[in-house]
Parts: sequence; C-alpha cells; structure tokens
Amino acid sequence: MPLAGTQTWRFARPPRVLVTATVAGKNEGEGPLGDEFDVRHNDDRLGLNTWEQAEQHLFDEAVEVALSKAKLKPPDIDLLIGADLNAQLASFYFGLRAYPVPLLGVYSACASICEAIAIGALTIDSGVAEKVLVGTSSHFATAERQFRYPTEYGAQKPPTAQRTVTGAGAAILAAGGGKVAVTEATIGQVVDMQVKSPWEMGAAMAPAAYSTITAHLQDTGRKWDDFDCIATGDLGHIGHNILRDLFARDGHHMGERLVDCGLLIYRKDQPEVLSGGSGGACCTLVTFAHLLRQLASGVFRRILVSATGALMSSVTVQQGESVPSVSHAVVFERMED
Amino acid sequence: MPARVRQDASDYQQLAQRHTPSRPMLRNTVRAFLVGGGVCVIGQIVLLLFVRYGHFSPKEAGNPTSAVMVLLSVIFTALGVYDRFAAWAGAGSAVPITGFANTMASAAMEYRSEGLVLGVGGNMFKLAGPVIVYGVVSAFFVALARYAILHL
Repeated sequence: MPLAGTQTWRFARPPRVLVTATVAGKNEGEGPLGDEFDVRHNDDRLGLNTWEQAEQHLFDEAVEVALSKAKLKPPDIDLLIGADLNAQLASFYFGLRAYPVPLLGVYSACASICEAIAIGALTIDSGVAEKVLVGTSSHFATAERQFRYPTEYGAQKPPTAQRTVTGAGAAILAAGGGKVAVTEATIGQVVDMQVKSPWEMGAAMAPAAYSTITAHLQDTGRKWDDFDCIATGDLGHIGHNILRDLFARDGHHMGERLVDCGLLIYRKDQPEVLSGGSGGACCTLVTFAHLLRQLASGVFRRILVSATGALMSSVTVQQGESVPSVSHAVVFERMED
Repeated sequence: MPARVRQDASDYQQLAQRHTPSRPMLRNTVRAFLVGGGVCVIGQIVLLLFVRYGHFSPKEAGNPTSAVMVLLSVIFTALGVYDRFAAWAGAGSAVPITGFANTMASAAMEYRSEGLVLGVGGNMFKLAGPVIVYGVVSAFFVALARYAILHL
C-alpha cells in the first residue's frame, strides 16, 4: 500500500542513504556540532567576489564531497534534486551547472530538503533512478540581502529573529547499500495562522510542523514512542516552545524526544543567534551530520524529521501579507541487514 | 477567509503570543539614550576642536563636524564594526547623522557587486531614500503652516 492515510507515502523498497556530506560556514563550524561536519570554512565569503558565488560554491563543494565519499563519478548519479532560498534557485542551478546529470530544482523554503528526499526516494522506489543526490544550501549574507537589509546595515533585530545558517549539505540515496533507510514521507499542507511579522518565523511555522507530524501519526497509526527522536527543521526557541504547547493541548508531553535543528546548530551565546538557526541548510546540516550519524551508530532506531518552511517572498512581506508555512516530514530507520 | 479559519488563527495567535518575548523596551531605550547622547557628545567635541584649532566660528564648524561624523560612520561600516555596534545600541546609533551615513554606506557595499552605476548608484538611497522623501515632504508642510500663521 504505497499511500498511507491521506498524506503519507510508504516506500515498498525503502531507499538507503549511501553517504552524506556537509559543508559549514564559520559560525556553524564553531557551534556545538562543529566536529561533525565534513568541511568547515573560516571565511563565509570563501575569497570569492560575491556572497552569492560563495553560496553556489558551498553547494558544489557538498556535492563533490558526497561523490568522493561514495567513490562515485558525476555520471553515476541518475538525478540531482535540490533547493536554496535565492530567487530562481540560483545557488542550486548555478552551483551545479557543471554536472552532466539531469536535475530538478524544488522549493518549499527551508522545508525543501525533506521535499527533495521524498521525491528522490520516490524515484528510486519507482525504479526510474538508482542513485539520486539530494541537497540544499543557504547563506546568511544572501538571505539578509534578499529578505532583510544589507549585511553591514546597523539594525537591532527583535528576540524572535533567527540566524540564517551558512552551509550546504548533500546526500546520495540509492537502491541498496548503507544502514539508514528512508521508509516514509509525509507531504505537508500549507498552514497560515495569519502571523504577519517576518521576524516571527518560528511562530509562523510551528502550526505547519504540528499539522504534518499529527497527519503522519494518523496516517501510519504510529505512536510517539515509536520514534527515538522527532526533529523539526528551524522553529527556534520560540517556535519550538509553541509546538510543545500545541501538542500539550492534545495531551502529549514530548519531553526530550522532540528537538529542533535550529536549536542544535548554534550555542545561544553565538553572535546574532537570538531565537535560533534557520535557512535551507539548517535542517540539512543537522540531519545529515548529526541525526543520521546517531541512527547509523545505533543510538537511534527510527526518527522523524519534519523540515519547516516559511513561504514568504520579499514582495509578499513588503505588501503586508501573512507568512504561510509548510512542513514536510521524512522517516529514517536503521536497517539490520 | 472562512470564519472557522479566522477563529483558529485568532486562538493560535493568543497561544503564540504567550511564547513571544516582547522587545526589551526599557533596556533598548536606556541604551539608545546613552549611545545617542554619547555620539552627540563626540560630535560636540569635534565641533569644539574645529572652533579651537581650525579657527571656525561655532556656526561654521557645524558642516565640517558633520563631515567628520559621517566619515567615521562610513569607516566603521566598511570595517564591519558599525552593524554590531548598532545591534547593541539600537536607535542610539540610528538617529544621529552617523546612522544615516551607515544606511548609505551599507547599501553601497551590498550592491557593489551589481556595478558602480546601477548597483551602487541605483541602490545607495534604498534605505536612506524614505528619510529624504519624508524629510522634504514634512519640511514643505511645516513651511506652509509657518507661512499661514505668520501671513494670514
């Protein structure tokens, strides 16, 4: 039964995560997960002419590291699926233009990594591809320019603001090999609770995470205890506490099982962290470098990652629209074979 | 928007509000007062130096003082220091002329990658533009009111 309930895809032959690759910027490398990233940069500009080129390079580097870890050449990959936050997915398309591989750009803002993994797993499960590379990037400076102010502009951000993660992550999914499998994906609906401030993305996205996680449990009949960890993408402190409150209203007290990638990636005292990390690479870096490692090493057996995306554009923000959000979830399990 | 959705959204906003810290108004106000005042004290010192050593009259010393303050702000913006100082100081860094210089310098730096004419030239006033537009508009209405009071 490939469709469970109304929103969940169940993969008959769950694709495996062959390798992951993570490239982190300066603040991310200095954060609590610093040691777990494959590459750490000291200069977020990477000595290039523009911040945009730097982000493209991060994406390219993540793909290169993934290929070399898997000992594969670009033509061995059947499909690239990826995303970033720049208009027209410039980092993805420009960063990976040299690869002679068919590719699909996708967009669910910071929830894109789970969208990419879901589509990638579907293509492998259906047999149209054997090896699919999925990845995302984001960069503090390119996001500031597109969504906020010039980087050197002196502005005091409210405590609800979050810091866009600088980095890129990639994973190669394959029909076999590797201990961690992608078993299910729950595709989210757009949820708009009329949060108007683009500085309150945690509050805007928490109901989307609630909607998708609840839908996953209904569709699959699973209980909270069936997961060793449920990770949201980038709700930050405020969104994370709101999500806990939403579950508590239903009588579920989540304890330490519920984590947020935006809280794991930085220490609270790092510069301009405020409510936590965000950005397309936030969930990707934490999931690929940290959570999947815990699965592979046997600390976890099954986890749910629900990446969260705030769907505003610079135009909708200027025009005073609310911030609709979406969350897509993916289940990773350790397979003993 | 259907009525049910509106109700859900308003319930949710109440819940979200409980977890949303407000901006620390008192702290920000105190910092803005101290820093804004401090910037003006520095400006006053520069002005006095121009009067004492440059032999300007106090009225004439205003222009070179502004130029020095703008230059200092642009230098600290270029060094990547001003934004960190402003994140701490808030309105104290935004209100004096140094804040205005920062809006222009930061925009010029940001859009340098799009070229000197359309990049720097076209975007330098992106943040500073509203200040000039509404400065001119309000000056017009103040002048109109002044004329009406004095001559009608």
